[in-house]
Amino acid sequence: MNDKVIIETRDLVKNYGKFVAVDKLNLSVTEGEVFGFLGPNGAGKTTTLLMLLGLTDPTSGTATICGYNSTKEPVKVKQLAGYLPEKVGFYDDLTAIENLDYIAALNGLTRKMASKKIDELLDIVGLSDKAEAKVGTFSHGMKQRLGIADVMIKDPKVAFFDEPTAGIDPEGIEQVLALIKNMAKRNVTVMLSSHQLHHVQKICTQVGILAKGRLVAQGSVDQLGREKIAGGKVRIEVQLAEPSSKLVKLIEKVEGVTGVERNGDILLISCENDLRRQIARAAADCDSLIVQMKMEEFGLDEIYMKYFSEPQP
Amino acid sequence: MKGLMAVFRKELADNFNSMRFIILALIMFGGGVLLTIFVAAQNIRAGVTETTQYIFLRLFTVMGDSQLLSFPFFMSFFIPILGIVLGFDAINSERTSGNLSRLSSQPIYRDTVINGKFLAGLMTIAILVISLVGLISGIGLRMIGVPPGAEEILRLFTFIFITVVYGAFWLALAILFSVLFGRVATSALASIGVWIFVLIFVPLIGSIAASITNNDQIASYVSLISPIALYGQSIQAILIPSHPVMFVVSLYYTGLEPNPLPLNQSLLIAWPQIITLIGLTALCFAGSYIKFMREEIRAT
Repeated sequence: MNDKVIIETRDLVKNYGKFVAVDKLNLSVTEGEVFGFLGPNGAGKTTTLLMLLGLTDPTSGTATICGYNSTKEPVKVKQLAGYLPEKVGFYDDLTAIENLDYIAALNGLTRKMASKKIDELLDIVGLSDKAEAKVGTFSHGMKQRLGIADVMIKDPKVAFFDEPTAGIDPEGIEQVLALIKNMAKRNVTVMLSSHQLHHVQKICTQVGILAKGRLVAQGSVDQLGREKIAGGKVRIEVQLAEPSSKLVKLIEKVEGVTGVERNGDILLISCENDLRRQIARAAADCDSLIVQMKMEEFGLDEIYMKYFSEPQP
Repeated sequence: MKGLMAVFRKELADNFNSMRFIILALIMFGGGVLLTIFVAAQNIRAGVTETTQYIFLRLFTVMGDSQLLSFPFFMSFFIPILGIVLGFDAINSERTSGNLSRLSSQPIYRDTVINGKFLAGLMTIAILVISLVGLISGIGLRMIGVPPGAEEILRLFTFIFITVVYGAFWLALAILFSVLFGRVATSALASIGVWIFVLIFVPLIGSIAASITNNDQIASYVSLISPIALYGQSIQAILIPSHPVMFVVSLYYTGLEPNPLPLNQSLLIAWPQIITLIGLTALCFAGSYIKFMREEIRAT
């Protein structure tokens, strides 16, 4: 992973009449990231995606993809970027292959190249056996997977997914997430918007939280959790066989530890950074048996709720 | 350019596969061919005794007992329906089915979608008109046994051209409404509304205006805003060389014996109408462009 910025917005603003959908959004996503775009309904996620793809014009500011301005050079941008809209539609009376054929032709692929590529992609998304079936007979999950094949036809450098897991069954969700992850492995920069936080947490390397058209946070899930929930600290949970107050005192003396909470046989230790080694040494020093010790992981749910339960500055 | 061909090919295939087109084409072929042939076969003999010129063209112009049974009237009635059927859901059905978002995120200019659909519709109309005229000519040739002269063939081609332009206007109008209105039902009703207005109310307004002002010319002037009248006048000039009965002509030619005009003179008479039709088509097309090019395409 290098630091080449692929998706960038500068002071991006979109107004619908008096309503401000996106408010001076500054965003940058570097190559190879899987960027999760979070926020409540109406926060401006889809609008931002549309502006990045040149499907709607920003009121002011710029959106660029790989250095191309999405408003002024939409065709260049669309050569590089694939988009799976929230409610993806196909021609119901055409087969899966025919639908993909059309998109391949629009991307300027020759017939020979297209048919090879389509076979390959249908195999990847697990729809080979349905290749000749009319899309009208497909389930929502299958359409979503066909949509991923549709995005991959042009070999995109960037892929945008709007609510890719909405309205499909758990198995379908797993498949879709696996496919998106797979794309990221092929060095495609992925940006997806979603409400389903644990899905986002599973595959995203970076998340951005959008509220009322403004980006309130951006970073990895870990980083955001540390900042928001633990107040910038690391929290370590230690379960002991025989907790003693002697040990608690000893741990409190370790440099960097800012607080110890005792809760039955569990100690919750707040510290400046990862001090698991020192804590283990302290436990060994007073002959305590550690049953388990782990760094607290931050759920995106908690982080998200924290952002939206507090009044915004 | 590659994108345009792809859209064109897909839409052309869609047009010919769509049930509504097949039904309409069958009606037009069945109705058009049968009516014209029978009517012409019955009445053409009576016509031939007056003059021996342009017998073949009479296949297309001789009327039955009522005016409704002439081929030009038949075309002026069905071509608008054909244009509307091919265009009324061009853009909004793509939008509601969720295909438009997918299409417009492909590396093509947005107008490619409209252009491709328009060209495919135009091609469909042209194929239908050419085959209809060809069919009537073929059957007619067997029935009357008089081959068409070179000028007659040229006139028939001109007739086909004007008919396709006329179809293009209705197609462009229907596409414009499909861009303007989000719902397919609304755009269909709007197109049919315009058609009925032009078909029924414009002549009515014209005759009312004429009776109020006591000037028959007014009705002709009013009819100039109607594409149906423009089409009727222009093909009359082309198909009936000896009776270019139009107000422009009748101003200058009153009292003269009807003499067949050469083709270039007929064209000269039909030219303003043809240009107006092309202009109206361009206007509708431009409207679609302006609305569609910078519009937001949201997948909901």
